[in-house]
Amino acid sequence: MISLKNIHKSYTTEGSKMHVLRGINAEVEKGEMVSIMGSSGSGKSTLLNILGILDNYDEGEYKLAGETIKSLSETHAAQLRNQLIGFVFQSFNLISFKNAMENVALPLYYQKVSRKKRNTIALEYLDKVGLKDWANHLPNQLSGGQKQRVAIARALITQPRIILADEPTGALDSQTSYEVMEVLKDINTQGITVVIVTHEHDIAEMTQRTIRLKDGLIVS
Amino acid sequence: MFDIDKWQEIFANIKKNRLRTFLTGFSVSWGIFMLIVLLGAGTGLRNGVKNQFSKDAVNSVWLNAGKTANAFEGYQPGREIKFTNEDFALVQNTYKNYEHISARMHMWEISIISYQNNYGNFNMKGVHPGMIYPEKINLIKGRFINEKDILECRKVACIGRKMVEELFKKQEPIGKEININGILFKVVGVFYDDGGDQDNRRAYVPVSTTQKAFTGNNKIDQIVMSISEADIENTEAITNELRNILAAKHHFDPNDKKAVFVWNNLKEYRKIMGLLDGINIFIWIIGLGTLIAGIVGVSNIMMIVVKERTNEIGIRKALGATPASIISLILQEAVFITSLFGYTGLIAGVFLVEAFQKFVPDSDYFRKPEVNLMVALQAMALLVVAGLIAGYFPARKAAKVEPIEALRAE
Repeated sequence: MISLKNIHKSYTTEGSKMHVLRGINAEVEKGEMVSIMGSSGSGKSTLLNILGILDNYDEGEYKLAGETIKSLSETHAAQLRNQLIGFVFQSFNLISFKNAMENVALPLYYQKVSRKKRNTIALEYLDKVGLKDWANHLPNQLSGGQKQRVAIARALITQPRIILADEPTGALDSQTSYEVMEVLKDINTQGITVVIVTHEHDIAEMTQRTIRLKDGLIVS
Repeated sequence: MFDIDKWQEIFANIKKNRLRTFLTGFSVSWGIFMLIVLLGAGTGLRNGVKNQFSKDAVNSVWLNAGKTANAFEGYQPGREIKFTNEDFALVQNTYKNYEHISARMHMWEISIISYQNNYGNFNMKGVHPGMIYPEKINLIKGRFINEKDILECRKVACIGRKMVEELFKKQEPIGKEININGILFKVVGVFYDDGGDQDNRRAYVPVSTTQKAFTGNNKIDQIVMSISEADIENTEAITNELRNILAAKHHFDPNDKKAVFVWNNLKEYRKIMGLLDGINIFIWIIGLGTLIAGIVGVSNIMMIVVKERTNEIGIRKALGATPASIISLILQEAVFITSLFGYTGLIAGVFLVEAFQKFVPDSDYFRKPEVNLMVALQAMALLVVAGLIAGYFPARKAAKVEPIEALRAE
């Protein structure tokens, strides 16, 4: 599903060059649930940017679902993100003036699905995460765990091949964290590849495999 | 395409920042309001001047005798030149480019004209039949002075509408006799002149009768003519030719501009219209300047909006929003704000101009201010363009938002 071969990435800031990724090689099979761990500055977020087609890389090859992702136009990248990837974030990132249903339906808006149809589909997905009754609530009327479940429903609505979760439990207490992880595991059993970036060992242990990053390289 | 989601977002944003949006929009409103009001005033000024000129035909040339300024052929400067019937005949016979020509006697000393027991303050002019064209006299009934009146020194008069109203009330004036300075003149025609009250309180009588009955000599005050529009283009040549003809007879320097004044209506008209065109350009510059200040304000606010919505834009990009859809979201909001407030300003401006036209009486140099449809449409197009410009830079900035950084910002 994900294939990374010798990925290099460096940033130039104020004249000095930062070599952030120094040759990443990794494979993630279809249906796997993998966690990426690493201290800050290890290149975690750069790697996540590249995996999420939010940034380009300098060298190497990245294949996602059989497609080579290299120097795409912003528009094409946006389309691939929309079709292939579902994002889940630490701070949920729901749009505050839209209710739960509208938030879930948003990715379909960018697929030009009609309003009525996408709201119907959004209700189905809210039902799957157990929040159908909260469809008309605004994000600030929901608890942290509920928000994250809405975000997961939003990530799933386009039926992506992979879910990229960036510290999905970072803002939740441990009880809620485990509930959210159960939801993610559940998704994984349905055949969707899940990649979780985390710095919490107990969360990493709930995945099938952990990729550890240090100074731009995979250490294990 | 009507996209309810986009509108929903625009309204959500405006609602969240009512005061800010209003203050920004107000500057755009004010800009367009000023532009419209100034343009309306410009039109009023133009109409006023046009009206001033419409008193007399634009293609008319008026010759007035003056005093010489230069010594010439042994004569001292300061000599007074007087026009007589001979001068009129000379110009009539030598100068070929006029369409209609007439002498004119002012007769300032005559002011009381009466019919039976009705008296009034009026004026009287001694003229030739040709006067009807340069003076732009519109006959309402009867006839104007004709050649036979001149030859036979008939005591006939063509009188203005105001004079009819005051002397005759409801009676039929044609064929009746009015008393001018003790001499009875038969009314042969009634006219109307666009020039205003004074021009309609007038009796035109034959120049020959005037000389015989009142002055007792052959002097005239002015020589007036209308010239074809094509010929009048060359105003300098006309003036020089006429001055040369008269200079030869009266022995004054042909370059002496004081000896004979030549008033060319078209030349003056063009001069003032040129000035008004200049004023119009000036108005556009001021109006556009004010408007630009408004646009910069909108652009500034949109910049802040983008900054505030960085997180939201990041979410959208992660969920698959293309750069084009982000740009159109910001542009649409900018265009919406400028158009809405601009339109309000436009309506207010038009309303003020219309109210001014309705409630403020016309004066000599200012009448009928108006905003024509073309200008209003241009202003609307300008607003949309303004909105696009105002939104462009913020939108470009929005399209460059880096999702991961934006989403981790919280």
